[in-house]
Parts: sequence; C-alpha cells; structure tokens
Amino acid sequence: MALIETKGLKAFYGDFQALFGVDIAVDAGETVAIIGANGAGKTTLMRSISGVLANEPGAIVHNNAPIGALPAPDVLARGIAMVPEGRKLFPSLTVEENLLVGAYGRKAQGQWTLERLYALFPVLKERRKSPAMALSGGQQQMVAISRALMSNPSVLLCDEISLGLAPAIVRAIYAAFPSIRASGASIVIVEQDIGQALKVADRVYCMMEGRITLSGRASELGRDEIHKAYFGAERHELA
Amino acid sequence: MNWLDTILQGVLLGGLYALFAAGLSLVFGIMRLVNLAHGDLIVLAAFVILALVTTLGVSPIVGALIAAPLMFAAGWALQYFVLNRTLGKDMLPPLLVTFGLSIVIQNGLLEGFSADSRRVSAGSLESASIALGPVNAGIMPLMTFLSAVAVIVCLNQLIYRTAVGRAFRATSDDPATAGLMGIRPQRIFALATGLAMVVVTIAALYLATRANFEPTSGPARLIYAFEAVIVGGLGSLWGTLVGGVILGIAQTVGAAINPEWQILTGHLAFLLVLLFKPRGLFPRAVD
Repeated sequence: MALIETKGLKAFYGDFQALFGVDIAVDAGETVAIIGANGAGKTTLMRSISGVLANEPGAIVHNNAPIGALPAPDVLARGIAMVPEGRKLFPSLTVEENLLVGAYGRKAQGQWTLERLYALFPVLKERRKSPAMALSGGQQQMVAISRALMSNPSVLLCDEISLGLAPAIVRAIYAAFPSIRASGASIVIVEQDIGQALKVADRVYCMMEGRITLSGRASELGRDEIHKAYFGAERHELA
Repeated sequence: MNWLDTILQGVLLGGLYALFAAGLSLVFGIMRLVNLAHGDLIVLAAFVILALVTTLGVSPIVGALIAAPLMFAAGWALQYFVLNRTLGKDMLPPLLVTFGLSIVIQNGLLEGFSADSRRVSAGSLESASIALGPVNAGIMPLMTFLSAVAVIVCLNQLIYRTAVGRAFRATSDDPATAGLMGIRPQRIFALATGLAMVVVTIAALYLATRANFEPTSGPARLIYAFEAVIVGGLGSLWGTLVGGVILGIAQTVGAAINPEWQILTGHLAFLLVLLFKPRGLFPRAVD
C-alpha cells in the first residue's frame, strides 16, 4: 500500500492541459526521482500534489484519503511539505525566521528542530540573522530544504533543487539526503540531472509531455532506455 | 508667539495623525490594499464609542475598551467576506469597493445619528494639563501621543517578534509560498484588518474626545492618514509617526502665524516632502 499516489492525474492551466493521466506511487520511507526535460510536467505534478494547483479529489490519494482538491495548508497539515522550484524564500525574513515560518502550519513532533537543521547545514547557523536573500544560491537552497523539514513531514517534495547551482554545491546539498532519509520521510525529487537522480533514488519515473514514459528501479534502468523516454526518440549521436 | 509651545502642540497633534495612519499603514503593508473607507471607519468607531457612552453611561475609555473587540470582529468580517474578494493583480477593485463602503458608512451614520456635530465628553481630563519645563502640555494630547507610541511599539513587537508577525511578513512577500507553510493568507489578511480596526478604535477615542465629529468627517481624517503614511515612507510604522509629527508641527506653526493657514500649511509640508523625497523619509516597502 503506497503512502501517497496519483491516479490518472490530469492538470490544467486554464485551457492548457499539462498532465494527461499521471500515475505514480511512493511507499513510506522510499526516495523517488522524477526526471524529464523542460515542460514535461514535473513541476506541475509537484504543484498538484502540494495543493498549489487544485485537482479532482480522487486523483491524489494519501493514506487512503483523497487529497487532490485540498488547498496547500491542508496538504501540509497531513505531513506533505514542499521545497518549491526557485526556492521562494521570504525576502522580508531572516534565515532563522524563514526556518521558523516552516513550522507555522504544522508543529509535529519529530527529529527536525532548529538545532538539528543547524547541525545538518552548519553554515545556516552562522548566517541565521542575515536576510534570506543575502545568502548564496546554494545556501538559499539549504534554507528552503530546512524550512520544509521544520514541519517534520512524512513526505518531502523537492522541486529542481540543483537548478542553477554549481556541481560542487549540488553535491554538498545532496550529501544531506541520507540524513533526511534516515528520518523516515518519503522523498520525491524532481531533477534534470539524471546522474544525480539515479544516485539518490530507489525508483525513477521519467516524464515527457505530461505523461509517465518510463518507470523502474534506479539500479535497473539503462542509460539508453532513459534517453529514449526523456526525449521520445531513438538516440541520435551528434557527429 | 511661544515657539516651543507651538512645536510641542504640533508634536502631540502628530500623535493623533499617526494613530489615524497606523491602521492604514498596517493594512497596506501586509496586503497592498488601499482602504479609502479608513477615515469613515474611524468616524464609525467614534460613533460606536459615543453610543456606548450615552447608553451605558460609561467613561469614554471604557467605551473604547468595549468598542475595540466589536471593531476587531467587524474588520475581520469585512476583510474575510468582502475585501478578500477584491484582492488581486488589479489595484482598482479594492479602491472602488472601499470608496463605495465609505459612502455606505457615511449615509448609514447620517440615518442613525443625524448630521449633528457630536463630541464625547472626557470630563475634567479635557482641560487638565501638566507643566513640562517652560511649557504646558494638555493631558489628552499627551495621552494621544503616548498611545501612538505604544501602538507602534506593540505593532512592531507583533510583526518582528512573534509567529503571527512572521506569517504577516511571509504572506506580504508571497501568499502562494506562504500557503505551503500552512499559512492561510485569507485569514492572515482578516486578522490584519481586525487589528487595524483596534488601532482605529484607539484613534477614534481621541478624535471623539478632542474635537467635534459628524458622519461626513471621515474623508478629511483619511487625507491626514495618507499624508502621514506617505511622508514617513510606505511600510515603516515609526516613519508614520514622524510623518504625523511633521504634519502636526506644520499645522500648528501655520495656525500660529495665521489661523486660516492651519490646514494649508499641513498640506504644503506634505507636498514639500514629496518634492524632495518622493518615496517618503523612511521607505521600507520595495514597491
């Protein structure tokens, strides 16, 4: 029995349809990566699950309850937190205030506290009084991840956390994921960096044009298979 | 003319204008809503205090204490059920709706209380004064100014030191992302307008006891509130107090030179600040 799953999820922006019946399932404690090119619908899928976009109630199921139509605060209250694309830190708040606001809607007991998150990302403790936007991109991403963890979620959704960051910074951020996994949370990461996704995830879904085109265990998927699902065509080597 | 006395009276008058403006500033700061009915809501609160004082026979301060939760509830409901529906990218709907609300409140008060000029008596407090060095300060003007300072200290503590304050600022930055934190922007907005109405009630207490008021007094209060907010700089509550004090001093100095100039010099001071500092003295808001 999956902790959270989507069932034939369709999503629209006005008249434009972005998702055409997406089925994914995530078990408790599992890490799942969703990969795909720009415009494949990955972010739309994250926005739908987190309640930013409203959907049919039964299209998203969490702990056997339909949650597709719930607004974001109700989704968070169920223990599903999101690290949004582009970090979306609050510029008027300091680093520490950004973290504290992450626990505003859900004060669940769990292992994540300010102290534990400062231990996970020590640089944030040094900069805790700084305005959030004064930090580097990588540090801001650490704030965004920590802010989501402050609610002690059972499902953590991470949308494009490596976007625009240098490879060394990306590695430093992903180095924190074993600790997050050890907290027992299920993790869904949206990632354009296929190598990174395969390294961190138990299972992978590949999306193209609003549909799932491939899924399987990260250790069992071949590069060519992924490439085909990613671009929708046979591989054409550049001359 | 005693300059020291004139300036002191101006500073204390500035406290009243800061009280008029603090609620307006709070609401604008959190939801970018310009409430054109703000002055009328102050006058409405003054009439509520008047009604409580005359029917229950309580003192104006007790009347304001009873009126404050009533006004909080009214502000909460007004925002939650009406004004939240007008918020969006377009600035025009909230302006039109609050402009309409202003007319509704004025005419409602006219029906209920007639067009007579009213005043709430504060008894012996009205003429009491204490000596501050070489000049005398009226107890009521002094209380007004201290109330303005207390209101601004409390609001700043709330906004910068509490979880609700963090939610206020986060929602002001980005309501959609605030939703991901479990913050419900609609309720945050309703709470902010409710709080603004408590400040409005405090302003109304001093409006009602220090001067005559009638159902159509609101728009003039709104002008002073706007001027104080803009002189101070959008988003800064201490700036709003400074803005109020500048208006107050300009008015009392103008009146000391020629009583006909009181209103005019206040507006001229406002225009002068705009000329040299178009964003006000202590701008905080980015947009």
